[in-house]
Amino acid sequence: MTDLPAATAASSRPDGRASPGLRARLPFLIPLVVLAVVAAYFYVGLGRDPHVVPSVLINQPVPELALAPILGRDRGLTTADLKGEVSLLNVFGSWCVACRVEHPLLMAVAGQDLVPIHGVNWREPTPQAGPAWLARLGDPYTLVGADPDSRAAIALGVSGAPETFVIDRAGVIRYKHTGPITADDWERTLWPIIQKLRAE
Amino acid sequence: MTRRVLSAAAVLLVALFLLSGTGHAGGVQPDEILSDPALEARAREIGRELRCLVCQNQSIDESNAELARDMRILVRARLQEGDTDREVLDYVVSRYGDFVRLRPPFQTSTYLLWCGPALILMAGTIAVVVFVRNRARTRDDAARPLTDAERARLAALLRDQPR
Repeated sequence: MTDLPAATAASSRPDGRASPGLRARLPFLIPLVVLAVVAAYFYVGLGRDPHVVPSVLINQPVPELALAPILGRDRGLTTADLKGEVSLLNVFGSWCVACRVEHPLLMAVAGQDLVPIHGVNWREPTPQAGPAWLARLGDPYTLVGADPDSRAAIALGVSGAPETFVIDRAGVIRYKHTGPITADDWERTLWPIIQKLRAE
Repeated sequence: MTRRVLSAAAVLLVALFLLSGTGHAGGVQPDEILSDPALEARAREIGRELRCLVCQNQSIDESNAELARDMRILVRARLQEGDTDREVLDYVVSRYGDFVRLRPPFQTSTYLLWCGPALILMAGTIAVVVFVRNRARTRDDAARPLTDAERARLAALLRDQPR
């Protein structure tokens, strides 16, 4: 075989038939293409948090809420309270570690009076737990309602705390943030949305 | 004798295993159960259709998450208020989206999900048929006697082989 002229070896095989061209080799590429597609899917899927469920409530009015006040306050929270100005609705609990992480940011926002933050105090083990937590760490909320049996949480499609809804002047949910709000989330996402909604 | 004891033990183990089933891993608590067995049966049926949002691969019927418990209680409260099964399911879906249903509905966004297995099976069948046919053709090709030209080429090649 080694003594065959190079030109002959390239153009034809010793049996006289043409060497397999690109066309003949194409079927072997199919598994490679399939692998690439599947790999791309998995790569995208790896970067996604399965606990972030896209809310179906975006652009829908806040559901009917009539939450009792928490201990130490005489006003609770109703749907009507969420109309009239752009506001945040934050679902939190004293049992929730991520809420504690988020808490300083909410305090800063409330301290600078950037936007009213209303709270849904979700599923406290005792009526004292939520108010005690706020007394210890500071209370950033304009209005707070208690939700001991998850009625409001379910109505809002909440799957975990904290979750924060941006509500427009008409009382319509315009954005939902799942998990603690970081300084980055605030600057890049939430604050621009609030300003945009105010300009509407 | 020992053999009979062993098989009896095996049967017992299997029976225990089957009996433990679902519901054993937490799920519906005694204090949630409705006094009306018909209503409770409907609540169970609905509970098995709904995904627990906390431990996402369990239904709310089997989950021991607090949110799942509250959802079970809500389902029961709605049934007691006279909601139909459909209305209860629709309410929860209206809050959480189709994601909350453990059996996704057949719609445009889920065509691929439902038809995927059948499509893959079809593609596999086609691939097997093509492969088998090709192989049969190659075998026929190999069985064909060499032509005179091929014979001459082969002889030349063999002659040129270095010893």
